[in-house]
Amino acid sequence: MARGGTDCDTAPHYPHQITPVSIMVSSSSEPLTDGAPAASVPRSLQDVVIRLAGNSQDGIQTIGGFLARLAGRSDQDVMTYMTIPATISGGPSIFQVRMGTGEILSAGDQADLLVAFYQESYASHIGFLRPGGVLIYDSDHVKIDADDHRFTPVGIPITGRTVEAVGGSSKDKGKNLFVLGLLARLFELDVAKLTGLVKDRFGGRSEDILRNAMLAFDAGYGYPSDNLRQSFFRLEAPAATEGGRPKVTLDGNTALSYGLIAAGVRYGAGYPITPWSSIMETLRTELSKYGGIFVQTEDELAAISYALGFSYAGHLAVTGSSGPGLSLKMEALGWGTMAEIPLIVINVQRGGPSTGMPTNVEQSDLLQALYGSHGDTPRVVLAPKNVEECFYVALEAARIARKFSTPVIILSDQGLSSRIEAFDEPELEKLMVDPKLNLSERGLDFKPYPLDRITKHATPGSRIASGKYPTVTGLEHDEMGHPSGNSAMHQKMNEKRREKLKALAAELPLPEVYGDAEGDVLLVGWGSTWGPVREAVGRLRAGGAKVGQLHLMHLNPMPLGIDAIFRRYRHVLVVEMNDPGIYGFGQMAMLLRAQLAMPHIASVAKTDGLTFKVNEIVVGVNKRVDLNREGARA
Amino acid sequence: MSSATLTPPPAAPGAPLTKKALTADHPTWCPGCGDFAVLASFYRVLERLQYPQESIVTMAGIGCSSRFPYFVNTHGGHFIHGRSLPFSAAVSLGRDDLHVFVFGGDGDGFSIGGNHLVHTARKNVNLTYVIMDNFVYGLTKKQTSPTSPIGFKSKTDPTGAIDQPINPMRTLVNSGATFVARSHATQVNHMIEMMERAARHDGFSVVEILSECVEFYEGAFDGANPRKGGQFKLIENHDPSDQVAAYKLASEPWPGLFGVFYEATRPTKNALEAGLIAKARERTKGAGDLELLQASFRKAR
Ligand SMILES: Cc1ncc(C[n+]2csc(CCOP(=O)(O)OP(=O)(O)O)c2C)c(N)n1
Ligand code: SF4
Ligand SMILES: [Mg+2]
Repeated sequence: MARGGTDCDTAPHYPHQITPVSIMVSSSSEPLTDGAPAASVPRSLQDVVIRLAGNSQDGIQTIGGFLARLAGRSDQDVMTYMTIPATISGGPSIFQVRMGTGEILSAGDQADLLVAFYQESYASHIGFLRPGGVLIYDSDHVKIDADDHRFTPVGIPITGRTVEAVGGSSKDKGKNLFVLGLLARLFELDVAKLTGLVKDRFGGRSEDILRNAMLAFDAGYGYPSDNLRQSFFRLEAPAATEGGRPKVTLDGNTALSYGLIAAGVRYGAGYPITPWSSIMETLRTELSKYGGIFVQTEDELAAISYALGFSYAGHLAVTGSSGPGLSLKMEALGWGTMAEIPLIVINVQRGGPSTGMPTNVEQSDLLQALYGSHGDTPRVVLAPKNVEECFYVALEAARIARKFSTPVIILSDQGLSSRIEAFDEPELEKLMVDPKLNLSERGLDFKPYPLDRITKHATPGSRIASGKYPTVTGLEHDEMGHPSGNSAMHQKMNEKRREKLKALAAELPLPEVYGDAEGDVLLVGWGSTWGPVREAVGRLRAGGAKVGQLHLMHLNPMPLGIDAIFRRYRHVLVVEMNDPGIYGFGQMAMLLRAQLAMPHIASVAKTDGLTFKVNEIVVGVNKRVDLNREGARA
Repeated sequence: MSSATLTPPPAAPGAPLTKKALTADHPTWCPGCGDFAVLASFYRVLERLQYPQESIVTMAGIGCSSRFPYFVNTHGGHFIHGRSLPFSAAVSLGRDDLHVFVFGGDGDGFSIGGNHLVHTARKNVNLTYVIMDNFVYGLTKKQTSPTSPIGFKSKTDPTGAIDQPINPMRTLVNSGATFVARSHATQVNHMIEMMERAARHDGFSVVEILSECVEFYEGAFDGANPRKGGQFKLIENHDPSDQVAAYKLASEPWPGLFGVFYEATRPTKNALEAGLIAKARERTKGAGDLELLQASFRKAR
């Protein structure tokens, strides 16, 4: 997602730290960011947050997706956020799209525009609309509070107009497309592209469906809204990116799946669980095109067993799940560590423990990923920061798995899995890994578990010159793979399994610090908290504090030299979506404290099942650190 | 599998595969354990089949019987308790050039791995599974197993087992295994014949071999051992493709019958997956990996 020019020098400056990031559309004629071209119309928007609130059967996700795809296609930057009810059908549902011309880091703390389909949607989400924002509501269903003057209410008989446009037979189906038409008009979206997307989506079905969809869309587009348009909305056209790569819009799970394919992963196995399932669905259909196989197994224990079997057979394989499923994979993961088999395990985290909050986001499986097995099992654990990195983290996981002959866990999360972001199309010509079996004869000195080297297994099918064929094993073993109960050997082999991860740590680049290179506060994050943390850094710095951000992709082992960075700040606050626990530290904060023994590491942690709002981080920092005093010195 | 190019290994030296080449570590079983005879018979089967040594994979779970792979000089692995079937199924699916043999005990196969047994059978993955059934947990020293008969006194049932045992043949026939046979570790020629037929079968083939644990269930299978006054009764006049008849034969009272209960031809998962790949390749007109992924990204523009 990142565009150029986002280092600390050119980051937007906000007048004071509590100013919402969303733009006051109806008043100011100031350009909204440094360096942004002067707007041709005073009420130009740099970015806009639209929240659609209705029920899941209204197709809100569909039009939200269209908006996001359109923004991506139009070279807008875009990020979405959605909740899907945990129940199978029905229930409240929202989709939020934030699009704009700068770098979009989070889905937005507040909405500029709320579309409420029902009374319940209005009641639940009006609090999310920023003062001065616009409320569009279906006047056929919603009665608003006439005394509430904080917003500009616009009642439109959405249901009635849709039924009228489509004709009685299909009831109120198509309300979503009516709203899409309305929004297209309000924001002067590229109608040709948008209708193209609608046709892509509905064209494959019966002609009636496409015709009805277009009728509803046109009715929305044609609804008299010029007043509203002129007084409120004008989305800046993005500066044309010259010679840049085309933008793609994907959700995190699809990006991860494509990353695996680019990394040469052709085999895998899994068992369905939200929010992991869409990865296995994608791989099940995609991999056969590449000559590979993805197996839906009887359970997670079988899934990881299959994946280990594929890997042993010479095809680096993937398995995955969500929290409870990762727990089921733990025994076999221990075997993977002991037998030293390359493997990729994806965990799309959700709220736990147990079935917990299956459609909410959380980062509470970090310790499970690192330590959730029996015995000493040094683990490689990675986490992508945004949708784009979901693609690249798969390449990195495959690289490490192959080079160090080890399982690698990728911790994604529910937020990343379904949200849609635009990013530069990867340079596949340079990135694609061509998977090859190595069936060459192994030399006379071949040992499956050499003590002085990293294990490189002989793929079955390869001749062994010595005539001694290897057994991969979960029993402690000697260099030849023979079972060994020798205590000195066990210690040496534990060392071997540990030292290879230390060798990995030594080759990892230290992540760059964003913002102030030293000062009051370093905000440390991992996984999907990256965007909100970055925005929070901008706001805190605008308030005068010296604040930096360090974001980790390699969670275990970590790159060397993190302690030196930590020493440059008075406070290190680890922002993460898990419970601070009995001792007051979130899971990553606890790990860092244990590793580095630095008492100035503390936590900003929460588990409300929702992505961090920028403001929550700002407030969290202010609660722990008196920035006014410290900042004044700066 | 064009994306995973197979480089053929150097030509085999041409020497026939012998018991000598196949012998690895000396077995750690108790003297007199039935598993020795199963191992000796397996060497004989491999001598008959003459697969290239490097193309044979010997896998197992956990148990006394599951130590098997250490004693066979082929590629192979000692996996976790009960889950050698899904592991081995992947080896078979990922590599049609390999010959996959899986060994294990009654606890490994019917208890902790019971679900995997059913599903590997249902999927009809092309591999051969040999269950060395001793009606007891050997490695963990005499607990009740899922095949222990009612009344068997073990450390977990000191007054005698009370739960009805599994009937392996019925379970396998029901689950969809396409080759189901039963043998006895004292009947070497029969064992060899059953294992060889299983290996030559295209699909999921299973042989249950009654293999005595002399340590914890001595004399368990004397009833089927003519040298101990028992009767080794072979299946006769049976159409092995008749599933209902197979089920009935499997319901005979102890010591039951020996031979092939069920044998059928049904598409293997290996063949079905290959079919899916061929279809997908046809639709994408043989596009290369890079082109395919580029096309996916283009759709996301
Ligand atoms: C997850 C797990 N649970 C339990 C065990 C302990 N265990 C090892 S072998 C075994 C039973 C073995 O019985 P069987 O499969 O019949 O093999 P046998 O030793 O009789 O040949 C058990 C319970 C284990 N290794 N792993
Ligand atoms: S305990 Fe029983 S099964 Fe295990 S080796 Fe000894 S005799 Fe064989
Ligand atoms: Mg047993």
